Amino acid sequence: MDQFLQQLINGLSLGSIYALIALGYTMVYGVLRFINFAHGDVFMLGAYVGLYSGRYLSGKLQAEPSVLLAVSVLAISMTVCAIVGVVIERLAYAPLRSRPRLTVLITAIGVSLFLEYGGQQFFGAGPHFFEPILPSYEMHTGALRVTSNQLVVLSVTVVLLISLTFIVLKTKMGTAMRALSFNPTAASLMGINNNVVISFTFGLGSALAAAAGILWAINYPSINPLMGLLPGIKAFVAAVLGGIGNIPGAALGGLILGVTETLVVGYSDRLHIPPSYRDAVAFVVLIVILLFKPSGLLGKSSSEKV
Amino acid sequence: MKIARAKIYFLLALLVSFAVWYWIPMDQYVREIILTIGINIILAVSLNLVNGHTGQFSIGHAGFMAIGAYLSAWLTTVAVPAWWPNLDISDGSLTGTLVFLGAMLAGALLAALAGLAIGIPTLRLRGDYLAIATLGFGEIIRVVIQNTDVVGGSRGFSVNNGYTTIFWTFLFAAVTIYVVANLVNSAYGRGFVAVRDDEVAAESIGVNTTKYKVIAFVLAAFFAGIAGGLYAHFKQYLHPDGFNFLKSIEVVVMVILGGMGSTFGVIAAAVVLSLLPEALRFIPQAYERLFGLQLPHLIDDLLKNRMLIYSILLIILMLTRPQGLFGGMSGRPALLFKKKTPRADGLAS
Amino acid sequence: MDSLLELRDCTMQFGGLTALSKLSLQIGPRDLVGLIGPNGAGKTTVFNIITGIYEPTSGTIQFNGQSLVGRKASAIAARGVARTFQNIRLFASLTVYDNVRAAFTMHLKHGIAHALWRGGSFRKEEDEIRDQVLDILKIFRLEELRDVECKSLSYGDQRRLEIVRALATRPKLLLLDEPAAGMNPREKEELMELIQFVKEKYQIAVLLVEHDMKVVMGICMRVSVLDYGVKIAEGTPAEVRTNPEVIEAYLGQETPAA
Repeated sequence: MDQFLQQLINGLSLGSIYALIALGYTMVYGVLRFINFAHGDVFMLGAYVGLYSGRYLSGKLQAEPSVLLAVSVLAISMTVCAIVGVVIERLAYAPLRSRPRLTVLITAIGVSLFLEYGGQQFFGAGPHFFEPILPSYEMHTGALRVTSNQLVVLSVTVVLLISLTFIVLKTKMGTAMRALSFNPTAASLMGINNNVVISFTFGLGSALAAAAGILWAINYPSINPLMGLLPGIKAFVAAVLGGIGNIPGAALGGLILGVTETLVVGYSDRLHIPPSYRDAVAFVVLIVILLFKPSGLLGKSSSEKV
Repeated sequence: MKIARAKIYFLLALLVSFAVWYWIPMDQYVREIILTIGINIILAVSLNLVNGHTGQFSIGHAGFMAIGAYLSAWLTTVAVPAWWPNLDISDGSLTGTLVFLGAMLAGALLAALAGLAIGIPTLRLRGDYLAIATLGFGEIIRVVIQNTDVVGGSRGFSVNNGYTTIFWTFLFAAVTIYVVANLVNSAYGRGFVAVRDDEVAAESIGVNTTKYKVIAFVLAAFFAGIAGGLYAHFKQYLHPDGFNFLKSIEVVVMVILGGMGSTFGVIAAAVVLSLLPEALRFIPQAYERLFGLQLPHLIDDLLKNRMLIYSILLIILMLTRPQGLFGGMSGRPALLFKKKTPRADGLAS
Repeated sequence: MDSLLELRDCTMQFGGLTALSKLSLQIGPRDLVGLIGPNGAGKTTVFNIITGIYEPTSGTIQFNGQSLVGRKASAIAARGVARTFQNIRLFASLTVYDNVRAAFTMHLKHGIAHALWRGGSFRKEEDEIRDQVLDILKIFRLEELRDVECKSLSYGDQRRLEIVRALATRPKLLLLDEPAAGMNPREKEELMELIQFVKEKYQIAVLLVEHDMKVVMGICMRVSVLDYGVKIAEGTPAEVRTNPEVIEAYLGQETPAA
């Protein structure tokens, strides 16, 4: 039982990060009906911006790892990546809005590769060490071991989720986002500036991905420019699992995936599945979902009018 | 008439192989490039059947290549020597060549089987979902291979004999081209294009869209397996990382650059992209020779980053000429890109 | 009369919306039947359940004594049901010739192996198909345009091509979905002649969905009227036209062009 709880905690922590990334995928899909392949690489960018800003701030201000430092780094990274997200959208995706989705899908793959290999060019192939920006300690209750970093992940995720829910449900912009996801033409006829809303969506999603990047780097301090590949794909699976386009679904999907992955690895001897199959878990989940319920857990299916 | 065109390709391929073999001084370096070109042609033409002619966006092709590579390699390096230890299967021997061909066929058949198993459930999906599903399966294959100790797993796998020759490579390339071109241009083959252009209309005239998609997929997987077998006995070293998503993307770039649905186009693109790394390597040297100066280190560095160049190429291509070099000329694959869909943001285009 | 196509109590529900409600319909092997009704009445839905694009929520559909329900659309087409679409669905990247040629895949004696092998009998069949395609194009005066990409055709020619393609599958029943849409009076006259010609020459049954009353009254033997998914009237064109319920269903809309 203890082992199960431990794995659960680990899984929720991992799942929270997946959830944050998945939210970006799902929001963009909801508004543009398009899978932003490059989203996982914004996650990577977030980690690197965090690395450099962390170094800069702690060097400039002679600061020790602290909550203040961490929050500042988080804010900087989220802001920078939000801007990057908006820029990418304007430059690479917006010109292709009237084209078939295949074109923009391929472009997204191109942008993703550009960020990854450009990152290798610019940051170096890595791996790079993410210096601590937060004091960390472990806590033990009984046989359970929880690190402060894990708590940070969970609490930051909760805060961000609440903020996101507020934005989507209570603000004008959020309502506009939802309107766009139902019917873009009607939305623009109601006076909504679709371009602005789309840019906002990208910015918001990218900010969340950046936060995920920082949280990841805090827990797994070795980062490299290709680090966004796997978590990105897994987060996408999480978004599909929850129902692509559905915001609570993305959060739910992320958590479920994180827990599942951790449990499979944790109980690998019992299940007779070698832990090196950990990455395959997400893909198996993906295949199962696509075959049996492509609309996901919380999504609804749509069909083509003939 | 279109049927004759396939025969022309076939003859052309044979002629080119002969000319190459006869006239170009065959040192190791040139040989490697030519073999790479041949293998890439097989990959590009086979993927084009699925992505171009049938319009199904598959990005897991490297998985099938891996199956062909690993099975054929295992057969020639582990299985056959174990089952018949006294058999002389050295490079150049008759038995060796037969074993090689048998192993390649086995690899291709297993890849085709995998294509069937994966295709039937996956090809029900559309667009983005299909792409992701094929990506997922490609990665599953890679992870499974990585965990299979018998073929070295993540340590890599060394292949004993380098049976692959220019002759075999171009022969198989010619066969691939012949099969795909002939198939698509026949009355039967019009079904593939019908599926691409309008699935509902295709069904209404009796074209079983699922059957056609699966057939294209299985055939493509078969030839990817062939390419894998050739690759394994050329490089003589296999590693699962060489068959990941990025490898699939490389083939996809060839198909897109050439123009999806244009057999000639993707062959040209395969040649161009196979030569690209060499060309990139050549630019600093040429610059130096021309201007007596060294390229700024930054640019030199950038040119070595092949995937970075690919990515920029992809983005520019999609923004300016998404139908590729030859899309819309032979065959009319430009449809996939020229058709205007209602703008995703709802505004008038 | 032995009916070729029989729908019995067909209901089609999409979530909360009932598109068709207990619809029954019969078509004999030489009938030319019209299906009319205000917009949104469910006419195209009827086509869609017959051709297998949707599966009816309940009810039976028999064609030549065999059930069509639950079968794949291509299988239904193979049994002899062909159709055209409200928004023309041609194979845009193919020429006129190839659009029609694609319709012959269903009747090919040769499969994929022969396409690869290209032996003598394969070539013979390809030649036969070529002749048949050119024949049918000639009959419908599209032969000269045969190498033109169909997206360059005029609207009227595209409609004609779609019908030709459907006919190339050698159907027993042809479903035409608003074939007269967007045509001028002269084109409509030609269309009416075309439909009657097709029916006689190929000895098939035709089910026609159409808004233009002149066309419907002009060529249909019988007419069924749909409103909100329910059949409200059925009979000869003259009977239906004076039926008070039919008139009421159209009230508020443009008076049917007499």
